[in-house]
Amino acid sequence: MTDVIRTFRLTKHYDTRRVVDCLNLQVQRGQVYGFLGRNGAGKSTTIKMLMGMVQPDSGEVELLGEKVSAMCPKTRERIAYIAEGHPLYNWMTIGEAVRFTRAFYSNWNHTLVEQILDHFELSRKQKLRRLSNGQRAQVSLALAVAPEPELLILDDPTLGLDTVVRRDFLESLIQIIHRKGRTILFSSHILGDVERVADRIGIMVDGVLRVDCPTDHFRESVKKLVLDFPGPAPEAVDCPGLVNSWNLGSQLELILVGYDEAQRTAVEALQPRSIEIIDLNLEEAFIEYTRGRKRSLPLFAMEESRHDQSIGDQGIA
Amino acid sequence: MQFQCDTTSRKPIYRQLIDQVRRGIARGQLQPGDRLPSVRQLSRDLVVNPNTVARAYTELEREGTLLTQQGRGVFVAEPGNDLTKKARRKQLSEKLDLLFVEAVHLGFSAGELLTMVQDRIGQFAFVTEEKDAP
Repeated sequence: MTDVIRTFRLTKHYDTRRVVDCLNLQVQRGQVYGFLGRNGAGKSTTIKMLMGMVQPDSGEVELLGEKVSAMCPKTRERIAYIAEGHPLYNWMTIGEAVRFTRAFYSNWNHTLVEQILDHFELSRKQKLRRLSNGQRAQVSLALAVAPEPELLILDDPTLGLDTVVRRDFLESLIQIIHRKGRTILFSSHILGDVERVADRIGIMVDGVLRVDCPTDHFRESVKKLVLDFPGPAPEAVDCPGLVNSWNLGSQLELILVGYDEAQRTAVEALQPRSIEIIDLNLEEAFIEYTRGRKRSLPLFAMEESRHDQSIGDQGIA
Repeated sequence: MQFQCDTTSRKPIYRQLIDQVRRGIARGQLQPGDRLPSVRQLSRDLVVNPNTVARAYTELEREGTLLTQQGRGVFVAEPGNDLTKKARRKQLSEKLDLLFVEAVHLGFSAGELLTMVQDRIGQFAFVTEEKDAP
């Protein structure tokens, strides 16, 4: 078993609201997993449960094969976490933060920290309080990768960074990916970044993991169809995998997941004059998918390499 | 040759890379035997996941456009064609028909189209002469 992250029916309520609902998440060693969802979909709560910072109401988290609720410090050292907004002890200088953090780890790559700080031209004497958002992100990255962790969990690491700093941050992330066997889970709202770095994505919708598949598979699965009719277009079409539809007078626009033979037949039965199939980029696919009518959203989970156990509890559309 | 990647495009990144290599070869910017950047290098330059670059290279290798030499790198392959001339001619005719459809719809005359073809032909690296394969 090479799952570095594994959750079993992870569930959390805030008051009566179920923010994470029976989540079975699996991330394999070496994967870069983009964890997506709209605000309030349950991403941050999930990440906090992964880190043992929020107690689940039920369910279990395993990281690197060990239960988070009873993880030994040795294993914990192999995991790095960057919290949303890059919280740091503001009264420290960069140098002090490095020394302070170093004390928690038996393995510490000092050269790497120095390289990152030099690369970003950060002086050890600078007070953390006086750093820009971008510099804070750079410092937290340096601190996170110094113990050479096997697993990195990043909660919206590029939030609030300008375009240039964001690109620098992604470059550093790519460098980390180049080191074999690193596993990264990160949440983000910037789909272009996700497309660049993530092999696989998961999409949470209202606390439920609705999509879990290779990045390209998702964008290739979501299609927009424009049907042109000689007269007024029908109000709607009923077919599996329909996420959304709009009637635009003589045109009917459909968003479909997993366009296949059955859907083609259903669409052709409406006898449109023409059918145009439009590919979407990741951002468009994400928007169309997540703003669709909630209950009709299909699920799918596909894996290129491990057909045997991937399907598990997730189900397929 | 300078590679690019555009995440707002509706084309997946690995597809964009494949198209760029093919276009580079067609325009003569890449010659047989030229070495391409390694997966790691290109991944770093473009800030994309190395698996995405590897996927593009693998597909180009599968179609015979690139060649990996263990330990030496990835190279542009000698143009070799498994298909008969007849099959290739058929493939090209289909593409040509698409071009004609566009030209007609955009309101060009046959003569204008021919002139445009003549004007642009110099930008591509065509083979000089080819014997008819069986």
